[in-house]
Amino acid sequence: MPSLKDLKNKIASVKNTRKITKAMQMVSAAKLRRAQDAAEAARPYAERMNAVMGSLASSVGASASAPRLLAGTGSDKVHLLVVMTSERGLCGGFNSTIVRLARARAQELMAQGKTVKILTVGKKGREQLRRDYADKMVGHVDMGEVKRVGYVNAQGIARDILARFAAGECDVVTLFYNRFQSVIAQIPTALQVIPAKYEGATASAVYDYEPGEEAILADLLPRGVATQVFTALLENGASEQGARMSAMDNATRNAGEMITKYTTIYNRSRQAAITKELIEIISGAEAL
Amino acid sequence: MAGTLQFDLVSPERRLASIAATEVQIPGAEGDMTAMEGHAPGITTLRPGVLRATSAAGVKSFVVSGGFAEITATSISVLAEQAVPLEEMTAAIMDQMVADATLAAAVNPDKDATDKVVADLLAMRAAAGQ
Repeated sequence: MPSLKDLKNKIASVKNTRKITKAMQMVSAAKLRRAQDAAEAARPYAERMNAVMGSLASSVGASASAPRLLAGTGSDKVHLLVVMTSERGLCGGFNSTIVRLARARAQELMAQGKTVKILTVGKKGREQLRRDYADKMVGHVDMGEVKRVGYVNAQGIARDILARFAAGECDVVTLFYNRFQSVIAQIPTALQVIPAKYEGATASAVYDYEPGEEAILADLLPRGVATQVFTALLENGASEQGARMSAMDNATRNAGEMITKYTTIYNRSRQAAITKELIEIISGAEAL
Repeated sequence: MAGTLQFDLVSPERRLASIAATEVQIPGAEGDMTAMEGHAPGITTLRPGVLRATSAAGVKSFVVSGGFAEITATSISVLAEQAVPLEEMTAAIMDQMVADATLAAAVNPDKDATDKVVADLLAMRAAAGQ
């Protein structure tokens, strides 16, 4: 049986924890709104980009001279998995779900005899993947210094991916990130960026292309990769804040429950102590 | 007076303009061109340069660092890699753009194309009077 003083200390400590988790929840809520705004602002560009790329790709895609970024290298031996996670913890299952998806994919690919390479974005994913796949890691992008995710960051990552692709280090590139659906639901997603897949596109109106279709496509494909990386980063940012918000909400609630439980125990033991003292006094008086 | 066409200028981070313009002059990869209502539909890539949109409210200029434009008879959407309203342009941003392009030029195997981008940027700086 813990002493009254121990219980009191315990309650004070849990109360402090609750204050912290509550504050973190509120900070995440504010950050989430900002992240959602950023994702919202980026949408017109990405949508238009995908539409144009889609119609270009469907009209050029079939020809033998299509750019390698679209058509692929002709083999699918080496897969580069770009795993995007957060820099900080305390966000529930956010990082684990992404890593689990990436790990499942890596296992599947290796079972098929393919080579897997992993590029991590964000510290948490690297820490988790390093345990099993230390020899597969080819690079890491540190986002710790980045306060607000900008297109520049996406360009940097895209440039890295494209350089590896151009050097023949990989044939297929897939992004792993969490797609933001709501505060309580983030969907781990695998998106193949190279060779590019633009779905649901139809060769729309007859356009004049200046320069030619293939020249435009060759120019746009690297930008398309950067755009997709950027979208993924933003989605991931919003998801991270959403996940942290609900994780911290849970933690706050748990702390509240714990405080109630400990307060009950504390009161009971206090009463028990008083009762015991009374019995002692009464029985002492009776003995006289 | 010709009719208007819907002009949208978006960068990856935000939408910079969405106005009804009477004419839009864009720095196409193969030369400047002006789009007005009824222009034949087309897609063109952009070189770094100054984009001018004329509307009832006057002329608005933007510095764009490349991207592409989609033109239809009734609208023009410009998707710029980076775009800054001309009046907000400073020498610092300009230098940053040149530095970025030079950095990209260093790793890109297609030397001619990237050198051209840097040259275009420098020409643009001269045009913008910075």
